[in-house]
Amino acid sequence: MVYGVAHDFSIAMGHDDSTKLPSNSKMNTFIESVLVQADYKPERLLQMLRAVQAQYLHIPQMAIEQLAAALHIPRTQIIAVAEFYSFLHLTPQGRYDIHISDSITDRMLGKEKLLNYLAEKLKVKVGQVRADGLVSLNNTSCTGMCDQGPAGLVNGYALTRLDHSRIDVIVQLIEQQAPLSDWPAEFFAVDEPIRKPGLLLNQPFNSGAALAATFARGLAETLAEVDSSNLRGRGGAGFKTALKWRTCSVQAATPHYVICNADEGEPGTFKDRMLLDLYADQIFEGMTLCAAIIGSDQGLLYLRAEYLFLYEQLQRVLQRRRESGLLGRNILGRDGFDFDIEIRMGAGAYICGEASAQIESLEGKPGIPRVKPPNSVICGYQRKPTVVDNVETFFAATHIAIQGGQWFAEVGTPQSTGSKLLSISGDCARPGIYEYPFGTPIEDILRDCGADDVMGVQVGGPSGTFISSRELQRRIAFEDLSTAGSFIVFNSSRNIFDIVQNFTDFFAHESCGFCTPCRVGTTLLKNQLQKIVEGNGAAVDLEELSELCLIVKNNSHCGLGDSAANPILSTLASHPELYLNQLKQSSFTPGFDLDATLAVARRMAQRDDDAAHLSQVEN
Amino acid sequence: MSGTLCIDGIAVPFSDGQTIIEAARTAGVYIPYLCHRPGYAPYGSCKLCTVKVNGRTNTACTLPAADGQTVISNSPDLQHDRQRITQMLFVEGNHFCPSCEKSGNCQLQAVAYHQNMLDNHYPHFYAQRELDASHPDILIDHDRCIFCNLCVRASKEKDGKEVFGIAGRGIHKRLIVNSPTGKLKDSDISVDDEAAHVCPTGAILVKRSAYLAPIGERIYDHHPISEVACERAVLEAGAATGYPSCDQTKLPQNGGPDSHYAATMPPAPDIKHGR
Repeated sequence: MVYGVAHDFSIAMGHDDSTKLPSNSKMNTFIESVLVQADYKPERLLQMLRAVQAQYLHIPQMAIEQLAAALHIPRTQIIAVAEFYSFLHLTPQGRYDIHISDSITDRMLGKEKLLNYLAEKLKVKVGQVRADGLVSLNNTSCTGMCDQGPAGLVNGYALTRLDHSRIDVIVQLIEQQAPLSDWPAEFFAVDEPIRKPGLLLNQPFNSGAALAATFARGLAETLAEVDSSNLRGRGGAGFKTALKWRTCSVQAATPHYVICNADEGEPGTFKDRMLLDLYADQIFEGMTLCAAIIGSDQGLLYLRAEYLFLYEQLQRVLQRRRESGLLGRNILGRDGFDFDIEIRMGAGAYICGEASAQIESLEGKPGIPRVKPPNSVICGYQRKPTVVDNVETFFAATHIAIQGGQWFAEVGTPQSTGSKLLSISGDCARPGIYEYPFGTPIEDILRDCGADDVMGVQVGGPSGTFISSRELQRRIAFEDLSTAGSFIVFNSSRNIFDIVQNFTDFFAHESCGFCTPCRVGTTLLKNQLQKIVEGNGAAVDLEELSELCLIVKNNSHCGLGDSAANPILSTLASHPELYLNQLKQSSFTPGFDLDATLAVARRMAQRDDDAAHLSQVEN
Repeated sequence: MSGTLCIDGIAVPFSDGQTIIEAARTAGVYIPYLCHRPGYAPYGSCKLCTVKVNGRTNTACTLPAADGQTVISNSPDLQHDRQRITQMLFVEGNHFCPSCEKSGNCQLQAVAYHQNMLDNHYPHFYAQRELDASHPDILIDHDRCIFCNLCVRASKEKDGKEVFGIAGRGIHKRLIVNSPTGKLKDSDISVDDEAAHVCPTGAILVKRSAYLAPIGERIYDHHPISEVACERAVLEAGAATGYPSCDQTKLPQNGGPDSHYAATMPPAPDIKHGR
């Protein structure tokens, strides 16, 4: 399967001439091969479009026509998908398509200067394709490398630890049209710094152990263990896992599906990257035991596009499990228990981390969250009962199946049992992965990661909460600070507005646009915040900003809109004086500068006396 | 399942499968909406029908009615947000009512009047959108599209075609046409299709019909949308006039349905049900 591949890593970048002037028959043949590989299943549309994008650097009109006809779907669906996802395009991108991660942590590491330097060296503007078609350069939302940024992507593959000298080499390699396989391997190296392993990361594991324990104990008994563990979803929402699995298992409609949500898009989160990189076997085992419990024979792993570098190795893990009888037919010799897992790639859309949007995406559509009820556990993938769980949830379930619920429930707090993986980045000496029992205070975590002079911490990413230095006794727990794992530290040299603007822009960029308050409101928020930060806001603008926050929060369709105003709301609460200081002291702010507009007239009349100036506001 | 729910103090009966908004409409209780249309699959995107159901925010057009639900629709807070959401739609696109052929027949305009919307409130986006006048009988003025999805649903569910789709993400959403050129003239739409007539604004118009009814003699020139939306339903249901009340203590602070409208607009001519 080529779906995991953006531009083929091994093939020289000098594509065949098909990238310039695709000959009809050549493209027909290619699209046909893509269709065959996807078994003509329209739900694999995203995968097919990824392959087309990699081959032709965009989705050509001819491809749209051919795919629409072959899949019996309207071309509008294909265009809608191509326009929805950041890494699909209707116009050709560069043969080297570069994206630089625009997470706040990348910015703190000097990303803006590096981006400008890169643009200058490559002679291409950000957001554009160079005239010769060799290279295109863009910003992109957090690529999940906050512990080793500034980061980026080239043809979908992760670049880490960018600096001026690396950029010099990259520019050279691009101008020489060197294939990515000839680029220095260290440019693509992804470290997995596990700084503090705990309950789960310290557990030894043998492939099949959790399944064997599950079968030995019994399915209902194992579900009871998951229940008594009080495991709650690690994606942030904290829904009780056993309840989700039990609800799914009793649904009469068949088949049932297991989906592993590996669309870790919350800026500042990278713990799933580490789990998929180092603990994939345990994640797949968690999915498999879930399948046994809910009665499913098909699992899907939705891998975010930014983690393309993991695709091949994950396929190898799946293959090993098939060869060991841990996937496929009659798993572990258990008659009639068939289950397999397919990896599907995203294509750049934060919203697809939301379970129902992810299901839409897995069905080959734009990732627009569904109307609830019904919940996806009742009516999910292909309108069938579906369990969607986070990577870390399956990882924990694997060990609960082996060790039992009590073992897990003894750690943490009564409402938040077990441990939580945190992705720690920002202003600290030791960024990386930390595992803590739930209930751990922020100040302990800051001490461990070597953070001093702390101004604040963003817990849970942009959609989470900004914690000021006065609130460091608060704890990581569903009942206090709920988080999917993003933990960004800011020291006192940081400007809060840089942070809040970065987050607010992020939500405006990632809003799916389905509902009015989020589609229009997130852009209004971005503009209103900018007006105040740039010193053009009056007192009324601050009131307006607060009101707008609540309208977006209270009326939006899904969690994105619900949390899009959080960065402004939480900093307005913790640092009101900062906002007040930005305000103009005048009660009236004209919409345009009359005096500046008269400059042309003054020049023409060749006068610059007092009477040639007009002021709109009395000083 | 059937039963009774309570909307702003009014007892509203519902029948099996009805959403809150449909139960309300049938009983003559108006909850504003734009992306909803009776007989169409619920969509839930415009968010105008946002109500509080047993204390939780939800869209009345998507939530199934259930016995004993307490629904608040006309609280000052909800009415305020509804006005703001309508204003968002006005600044996002380019809606110039005085020069629009749909004026007086336009649901967006009528909803704005219902909410006593007197200005745009938000800075205008000055969106640059193109016009598709390619089709001999049907015009698309993208300036007026509010992405309600009704034309998409109409074409698919009612006409058995798939002429329309919505593409783009976030503020870059756009209505697209299923044809090789992307132009309406090359699609298989017909002027008799429901999709050609379903648009709640002036985004999709049938050519040469714009002024068949002169300004001043159009639907909402004489009847507020709160009456128009409910009248047909009330007729069909054969309901009597007047609202049976449920628990009076649950009435919103400033009165019942349309109190906001009634307080700020001249009284509408009395509409006689069964006329």
